[in-house]
Order: sequence, then structure tokens, then C-alpha cells
Amino acid sequence: MTAITAPEPTLDLTPRGAIATTQRPARASALSTSLTFSWRALLKIKHVPEQLGDVVGIPIIFTLLFTYLFGGALAGSTGHYLQFLLPGSLVMAVLMVSMYAGVGLNTDVTKGVFDRFRTLPIWRPSMIVGALLGDACRYLIASALVLALGIAMGYRPAGGAFGVLSAVALLLVFAFGLGWLWSTLGLLMRTPSALMNMAMLVLFPLTFASNVFVDPRTLPGWLHGFVDSNPITHLVTADRALMDGTATTAQISWVLIASAALTAVFAPLTMRIFRNKQ
Amino acid sequence: MSARSDVAVQARGLVKTFGATRAVDGIDLTVPAGSIYGLLGPNGAGKTTLTRMLATLTRPDAGLARVLGYDLGSEADAIRARVSLTGQFASVDEDLTGWENLVLLGRLLGYGRAQAKARADELLDAFGLSDATNRQVHKYSGGMRRRLDIAASIVVTPELIFLDEPTTGLDPRSRNQVREIVRALAAGGCTVLLTTQYLDEADQLTERIAVIDRGKVIAEGTSSELKASVGSGVLKVRLTVAEQRTAAADLLTRTLQSPAHLEPDPGMLSTQAGGPVRAAEALSELTRAGIELTDFTFGQPSLDEAFLALTGQPATTKAAS
Repeated sequence: MTAITAPEPTLDLTPRGAIATTQRPARASALSTSLTFSWRALLKIKHVPEQLGDVVGIPIIFTLLFTYLFGGALAGSTGHYLQFLLPGSLVMAVLMVSMYAGVGLNTDVTKGVFDRFRTLPIWRPSMIVGALLGDACRYLIASALVLALGIAMGYRPAGGAFGVLSAVALLLVFAFGLGWLWSTLGLLMRTPSALMNMAMLVLFPLTFASNVFVDPRTLPGWLHGFVDSNPITHLVTADRALMDGTATTAQISWVLIASAALTAVFAPLTMRIFRNKQ
Repeated sequence: MSARSDVAVQARGLVKTFGATRAVDGIDLTVPAGSIYGLLGPNGAGKTTLTRMLATLTRPDAGLARVLGYDLGSEADAIRARVSLTGQFASVDEDLTGWENLVLLGRLLGYGRAQAKARADELLDAFGLSDATNRQVHKYSGGMRRRLDIAASIVVTPELIFLDEPTTGLDPRSRNQVREIVRALAAGGCTVLLTTQYLDEADQLTERIAVIDRGKVIAEGTSSELKASVGSGVLKVRLTVAEQRTAAADLLTRTLQSPAHLEPDPGMLSTQAGGPVRAAEALSELTRAGIELTDFTFGQPSLDEAFLALTGQPATTKAAS
């Protein structure tokens, strides 16, 4: 808002020239527009890095708190507990970050830029596909932060670097599927903060009522049943097994099928709402 | 330019309802190609909804429209390739820089990397924004943002550009810049459909105007046609003695055979005089009756008056065309 006050010289506006020079380029491919939208997501990380801090803070604080406060009591020693907890923290971090897929879309909708993109002659899902691909970068940063913290605290993955990388890759696949759910909500909710509140309301109980923090065998029967059917439990089980080097095909398949199911349900739903959005 | 049509927009009976509100209530519209066409109306008249329907953003509940010769319902993608929309709120990404916004759109529209960058530089330069190339858009002033917004709409020159209240909220200087840009767009061969609630803007900028109120077109024509449709000549008089107003009103009504209106100013009257000769006669009648005037005016109504007259009595108004 400062540009007007100074006695600027008369602006040399030459839009006429800018109009004359253009030729209509050929229509961009679906792949190209998706990649362009993921470039936009990366630019957002560059310009608004604090968005990441908000949500990665929670898993980091929880990792520190749970390890040093409860670790001894829960697993005999903080070191043992960290071995158990860290894969869960990693899952929690990426799930928290994943809700930004919906928050970003909702922000676009509430601002006019969504209209601009919708009037472009492009493959329409590319706006969301591209954003989800760009989010992968966010997930990698979040994973790196949690892993670095864990290793600094003494976490040693039995599955080695390969185990850790596969665990992160599996997590990314799941987050991509879950991103469609957040995108659906991003188009339905009124404001970005309403969406974040709701996402927290869903994620917190699901994360606690899973095997992230404790072994469900100690839980009462009814809760044990719930925890066992919680998708986060399955995701954590697979990731923990990958990082421990003991993963089974069944564990990994479960996550892949769940991710595919999330995409199959929520990608068409998102696009349907996207098209009918007034 | 497509040779398909010299009519940019042809709409028949467009309707859009939101719940119980008929935002657009059966609108017919014909926008000639290559012109600047104004949609004039108060807030909530349905201008934005109409624009969004024509720009393929909102689906009409009823009615037909062809935009640049393509059917709105079945050929929306062909329309999207040829139109662009600058919405009422900044349609650019405020977190990104001006340059990044333009490169982003250039890439989405099919330019290669180098071309998109060159085009962004060219546009920033043409719109006087080259100093703000690497500044995030949320740090732009209102006028700069508007200019970037319009630049973003012409990354690939559209055949038809929708500008939804392009000057609302701008200071007078930025407003003039935006108007200059609009004229340049039209001079470059682009049809401009703009909405406005400023009468002077419609008057100065547009070739034809549709006046919209409560979801309906209540008048359509050039600005002088619209003014003429309201009345051929309005006589306004101010009395020296305000108490004589009733007597003066009676006299004017009798002489001109047209009802005299009491203006909010207690000493003022206005009436349709028909022509300058009859207006002069009426004035001398007043003098003869001993009613003194401090001043009088006679002339075409302003678009302002036309607008009030039109929106005040939508049922009895005849369209100008």
C-alpha cells in the first residue's frame, strides 16, 4: 500500500504493444499443467514456509514429551520407547501436513484465483493433482525433520536406510490418497480455519486411538477392537515393520489398497464438486 | 479472431437462482464483437452472476447462450480457450510474486518455459510493474494488483475479456490507468464486457450499456439512447421563495401537461419540458405569475438521472432499443 504516496512519474503503460505480440500457443498437456501446478505448490513452500512449522511442531513436541516423560514407564527405558514411537511420529507428522492439501484448495476457492484457474482451457483435475504432487515435497521435509530429531535422540532403524526410505515412500502414497479426502472437504468447508479445526478433530482422536503411542494389547477389549480397525493403526504397523526390517506383503498391501480406495472414492467426488462449484 | 461470428455474446432467457433468490431472471443480451460493452447496475443486481455464467464458471438454470459462436452448455472448453475473466476479487495468487503469477499462467496456457518467462517480462513492462517483478502480490497496492490482474487475463490475448468491476475500490489515478488499459484492449481487437456501478465509467468507456436491476435487463442501448429514453429534456427550477412551490408546480403541470416533481431541496422543482421552446414558455409563465427564480437548468438528463428513473420504475420503463 506504499506505492501510491510517492510522486511517481507518469506510468509508461503500453498494453497495446503487449496485446499485439501474442500468438495462441497449443493447448498444454495434462501432465504439463499438473507439473506446473506442483511448481506453484513448491513456490508456496518457498514463500510461506511457516505453514509447515504449524503442523510439524505437534509431532515433534509429542515425540519429545512422550519419549522423555512416559518412555521409561511405558517401555522400561526412553531408548526402547523411542524405537517403538518414532515410526508412529513420522506417520503423525505426514498426516498432519496432509491436511494442508484441503486448506490450500479452500484458500484458493475463497480468493478469486480459483476462478481464474477454472476459466483456463486445461485438464481440470490438474489443479488438484498438481497440488497433491507438490505436497509430496512438504511430506519429505516433514519426514526429514522427524527422522533427524529421532536419530539425534538415539533412534536406530533396524531396517536401515532402505527400510526408512520405503516407509517414507509408503507414507507418501497414503498421504496422496488422503489428500483427495482433504480436497473434498476443502471444497465443501466455508473457511480454511474451519477445515483445519475439523481436520484436527478427526486426526487427533484417530492418532491417539491407534498404535502410534502404545501397544494396543494392553487396551480393554472394546478399544482394542476399535484400534485394530483404525486405518492409522494399519499404516503405522506397515511403516514400523518397514523401518524394523520385518514388513510383510500383507501389511504393505493393506496400505496400498486403502490408498487406492481413498483415491477411487474421493478423487471423483472432488472433481464432481469442483465442476459444480458455483 | 474467429470468423464464426460478429456477435461476441448472444444470450436468451438466462436464469440463475440461488435458493429463493432469482439472481438472474431471464436475461437477453447481445454484445457486438470488438466493442466495449457495459453491464450497469447496483450491488446485487445480478451483474456478477451473469458474467460468471458467460465465463463458464456458473451453470445457468435455464436459457441459452452462445459466446464467440460457441454454445455455453456443450462447448464450454472452446469458450474457455478464447475468453478470460478478471473477477471482482484479485484473481491472482497473492503468495506468489507478480512474475511467478504470469509465468504460471503462461505455462498453463501452453507456452514453453522460455516463452512464458519472456511473456511475463513483456507484460510486467507494458503494465508498468517491472519494479515489482519479484515482490509478492499481497504487498502490491490496489492499483498495481488490478493491473497485474488484467495482465494475467491477457497472457494469451483473449477474444473476449470479462472485467467484473475493474475499478471498484481504486483511487482516481489507478482508476484512470485501468480505464486506459481497457481502451487499449478494445483497440487491440478484444471485445470487453465490463460490469460497473459507476455511471460515469459506463458513460465514458462503453459503447453500449445494459442496465440491470433485480436480475433483469431493464434498458439497453448507447448511453445517449438511455438518457433520451428517460426524457427528451428536463427543466429544473429553483424558486426564490420556497413557499410558492405548490403554486409553481400547479402552473408547470398545467402549462407543460406533464407532472412536476418536488425535489428534495424545498425550493426546487423538476419536470419534463419536451423541448427548449416549451421550456422557455413555461419559464415566462412563471415570471408572469409573479414567481421569482434564482436559477434554472434545462437539458438531457444525466445517466445518473436516467439510471434512477429506470431502476425506480422498472415495470413501466420502455427499453431504448
